[in-house]
Amino acid sequence: MATEDAGNGFNIHPMDQFVVKPLFGGDVVNWYTPTNVTLWMGLTVLAIVVLLVVGTRGRAIVPSRSQSVAEVMYGFVHKMVEDIAGKEGLKYFPYIFTLFIFILIANILGLLPTAFTTTSHIAVTAVMAMGVFIFVTILGFVKNGTKFFALFWISSAPLVLRPILALIEIISYFVRPVSHSIRLAGNMMAGHAVIKVFAGFAGALGIGAIAPIVAIMAVYGLEMLVVCIQAYVFTILTCVYLNDALHPVH
Amino acid sequence: MASESTGAASEHYVGMPQLNFEWFPNQIFWLLVTLVVLYFILNRVALPRIASVLADRSGAIQRDLDKAEEMKRQAVDAEDAYNKALLDARSTANDIVAEAKADIQKDLDKAIAKADAEIAARSAEGEKAINAIRDNAKKSVQDVANTTAAEIVKSMMPGAADAKAIKAAVTARLKG
Repeated sequence: MATEDAGNGFNIHPMDQFVVKPLFGGDVVNWYTPTNVTLWMGLTVLAIVVLLVVGTRGRAIVPSRSQSVAEVMYGFVHKMVEDIAGKEGLKYFPYIFTLFIFILIANILGLLPTAFTTTSHIAVTAVMAMGVFIFVTILGFVKNGTKFFALFWISSAPLVLRPILALIEIISYFVRPVSHSIRLAGNMMAGHAVIKVFAGFAGALGIGAIAPIVAIMAVYGLEMLVVCIQAYVFTILTCVYLNDALHPVH
Repeated sequence: MASESTGAASEHYVGMPQLNFEWFPNQIFWLLVTLVVLYFILNRVALPRIASVLADRSGAIQRDLDKAEEMKRQAVDAEDAYNKALLDARSTANDIVAEAKADIQKDLDKAIAKADAEIAARSAEGEKAINAIRDNAKKSVQDVANTTAAEIVKSMMPGAADAKAIKAAVTARLKG
């Protein structure tokens, strides 16, 4: 394959960065094998610990820089949960904050050159989205019992329309985890692939590859934004679903 | 799925690595491990710490505001006390001035009364002296008149000198 690529002058493999590899040689990926997934998730945890645990060890009334960042993130997610899901939603704040900080930091670390982006994999985002979906569905039934069906049976609509609307609502409800997970993984994958494609162009053009490098810079800047926004979107949708479970009346 | 990645660096992946289901168990397992570890770190250490710092801060701010309020109240109280003390001092000073005035007036009255009494005594004495002098003078005048009259009568009509008659005549004349 490499020879074919060399033949036509292009050597672009934008999807190679998403390949899961065992860390310590071999090519068998068992469920327990330490892979680059393990490495980058571990680095994510490490970064979070440095930021949120080491960074706040001063417990200062007047915060240091890292403590300030940690406090801003805490306040941001806390306010989001409270605004969207109400005071009852604050009980689930630690779970939501865990998801938010994991996605945000994993996304940001994924932007490092040669990094492996764990959140670009549908397997990862689907587990989180399914987790949220199952959690809020069970929570909805536990909290509201059969009243949870009010989410699908829109009492403010004319009676004839209600069954049709109910069908639409049910479909949209079950599509939630799919859109929830694919949105994040798709954004991550697309951005990284585009950067890699431009990098391939730059490599092919050699010296004087100004246009691809400028394009990489532009896309990289955009990706910095997308990375944060997608973490925010995932979290805010989680809050919205949580709110539906806690207050199912349409 | 097309998963021909055999670990050799020269080979490239064909298709989407995201859809290679062979890797799913590995990713899901490590994701769950990561999330559980992360949840415990955050829920046990980071989040309570940040929450307590934020609570401490808002508490400290509230405390400082309360303290400032308290100090302001104390300042107002102190100003009131100062004003009251000033007012008291002023009224005490007025009292002292009035008392001193009254004392002085009393002393003055006493002195005036004493002086008046002395003046009266002196003037009475003087009057007495004047009266004595006047009486003396009268008597002297009478004596001189008597003697002069007796001498005149004796020289004009010797033998007819009646001392008693002359004296009566002179007294009558002096009165008249």
